[in-house]
Amino acid sequence: MIDPTVRAAERVELLAAETSEGAQELKRRADTRSDELGREVGAVLRVQGLNVDLNSVDYDRRDDETMIINMGPSHPSTHGVLRLMLELDGEFVLRTKPVIGYLHTGMEKTAEELSYVQGATNVTRMDYLSPVINELSYSMAVEKLLGIEVPERAVWIRMMMSELNRISSHLVWMATNGMDLGSTSMMIYGLRERELILAFFEKTAGLRMNLNYVRPGGVAADLPDGWQDDIQVICDTIYERSFEYDQLLTGQPIFRQRLIGVAPITAEEALALSLTGPLLRSTGVAWDLRRSMPYLAYDQVEFDVIVGTYGDNFDRYAIRLNEIRESVRIVRQCLDMMPGGDYRSQDPKVTPPPRARIGESMEALIHHFKLFTEGFHVPVGEVYSAVESPRGEIGCYIVSDGGPKPYRLHVRGPSFVNLQAVSLLMRGGSMSDTITVISTIDPVMGEVDR
Amino acid sequence: MSLSPLAPPGVVTSDGLAADLLCFPTREQYFALVESFKNDGFEMCVDVTAVDYLEHFDRPLPDEVVATRFEVVTNLLSLSKKRRVRIRVQAGNEEPEVDSLFALYPGTEALEREVFDMYGIIFTNHPDLTRILMPEDWEGHPLRKDYGAARVPVQFKEAPGPR
Repeated sequence: MIDPTVRAAERVELLAAETSEGAQELKRRADTRSDELGREVGAVLRVQGLNVDLNSVDYDRRDDETMIINMGPSHPSTHGVLRLMLELDGEFVLRTKPVIGYLHTGMEKTAEELSYVQGATNVTRMDYLSPVINELSYSMAVEKLLGIEVPERAVWIRMMMSELNRISSHLVWMATNGMDLGSTSMMIYGLRERELILAFFEKTAGLRMNLNYVRPGGVAADLPDGWQDDIQVICDTIYERSFEYDQLLTGQPIFRQRLIGVAPITAEEALALSLTGPLLRSTGVAWDLRRSMPYLAYDQVEFDVIVGTYGDNFDRYAIRLNEIRESVRIVRQCLDMMPGGDYRSQDPKVTPPPRARIGESMEALIHHFKLFTEGFHVPVGEVYSAVESPRGEIGCYIVSDGGPKPYRLHVRGPSFVNLQAVSLLMRGGSMSDTITVISTIDPVMGEVDR
Repeated sequence: MSLSPLAPPGVVTSDGLAADLLCFPTREQYFALVESFKNDGFEMCVDVTAVDYLEHFDRPLPDEVVATRFEVVTNLLSLSKKRRVRIRVQAGNEEPEVDSLFALYPGTEALEREVFDMYGIIFTNHPDLTRILMPEDWEGHPLRKDYGAARVPVQFKEAPGPR
C-alpha cells in the first residue's frame, strides 16, 4: 500500500507506482500469456484460419532485444488521451497495446440518473465531434420504446443536420490528419470550413457543439428563417474547396508516400475485429447503415457508398474526402425536398406545449410541469438502435423498467471498437507510421472512454 | 413467442422491438448458439454489454427462462442477410460467468473487458481479462446497481480515503 502523504517526486519508484495501470499495460513477453501475445502482435486472426504471414510475426523475440515505450497519454497526435504502449525493435513496432480510460467519466452511470428528456444532453457529449448523430441514435431508441412516429419534417431536418455534422466531423479529421502529417495549412483550412457549419448549428440550435438538438419526439427548434441561403452557401463552399484539399493533399508526394500502402487491412480481418465505418469500407465491404439498413429518409435520397480497395491509410483518407462530397449531395437534396409541417411530435406526453398555451390551458400547464419535473414514462422493454456515425456504427441499447429514467443505457461507440485495430495495423510498421494509423482510425476519446 | 428458423432447436426465442430476433440461451448453450449463428452468415459481433437486473427479477421473459441478476447482451449482425440478432444470456447471480466469444469474434475483446470492468462478469477463455476503463486499483464494479455512486468524494490517485 502506497503512503499517499509522500509526494511522488520524492521517490522515483512511487512515481512509477502512481501512474501504473498494472495488468492493463503491455507486459514483458515472459509475463504474457501466449494467446494474449498473439493478439498483441496482431496475429489473433490466425486462430480463425485466415491468412496471416507467419514470417511477419516475431513470436520468438526475447525481452532483452526489445524495448517497451509509452506513447501518450498526452501526445499531440493521439487525439486526446490515448496511451499506446509499443514494443519496439529499433524503429519498428513489434507489439502494440492501447491503454485507455483516461477520459472515463461514467456517462453510462450518469445516464441512469437522468430522465429521458435530459438524456440527450448526456449522450451528445460522448462523441463530441458528431453530437447530432449521438442524439439521433439515442432519440430513435427512445422513440422505438415509446412507439411514436416523428413528423416528416423532423425526419428531414434530422437527416440534414446529421449530414452537416458528418461533413464537419470529416473536416476536423482532414484537419488533424493534415496536422499529423505536417500539413499545418490543412489544419487551418479544415477548421475554417467547419466553422461555417458550426455557425449554422449555433443559429439553429443555439449552441455550436453538444447541441441537444435532436430530442425524443422530434427536434428542439425549427430551422431559422433564411436557412436555405445558408445551406446553399455551405454546400457550394465546401464542395468547391474539397477539390482544393484534394489538390493540396493528394497532390503532395510526401503525403501520398506516408499513406499509400501503409497499414493495410483485409475485409476478413476488419469483419472479425467488428470494425465499422470508413475502416470497414476501405477494405471494399460496401456496408453503410444509411444504405444497408435505411433509417430516417435515407432510402429517398441519392448518394453513393464510397468503398476502397486495399484497406490502407490512403483508402481511408480518400473515403472520408469523398464522403464529404456525398454528404453535400444529400444536404442539397434535403434542401430541395424539405417538407413542411411540424418539427416535433404533437404528442403532449412527450413534447412540451407551446409557451402561449400554458397561460390559457390547465392541461398544458400540467403537461409542462410533469415533463420538466418528472419527465415522461417509457414502457417496459429493451431496444437497440444503430445509426451510421462518421466513425462507424453507433448503437444505443436502452433498457426501460417503465419509469421516467432509463434503467440501463449503453452506447456502442464505434471508436472504442475500432481502436482494437491498432495492434494489427501497426504490426511491423515504423514508429512514424503509428501516427498515421491513429489518425486514419480516427478515434474520439470522449466516445472511447465515455 | 415465435420459434424462428434461424435459431437451433432448444433455444428460447422471441421477436424483439424493431424486428430483431431475441434469443435466450442458457449459459451452456451460449457459445454453441453464437457459433451456429456465425456459421449461418452472421459475420460480425457488433456489441457485447450487460445489464444488472438487481431490482427487476420480475422482468418480462419467456416462461422457460430463469431470471438471474446479471444478463449479458450480445448483438450479432449479418451483413449478407441485413439482419440483427440479440442474444440475452442469464449470467448468474453471485459470481456471474459466461464463455468468451473471443475465439469466434476477436472484436469482442475490448467489449468483454469493458463488461468485466463495469460488472465483474467473468468471461472464461478471454485472453486478457483486465480492467479497461477504470484504474487498475479500483475497488468494485461501477455499473452494478448496488455500487455506491459518489462513495469516493474526489477520485484522483492521490486522494486519501478508502479505495
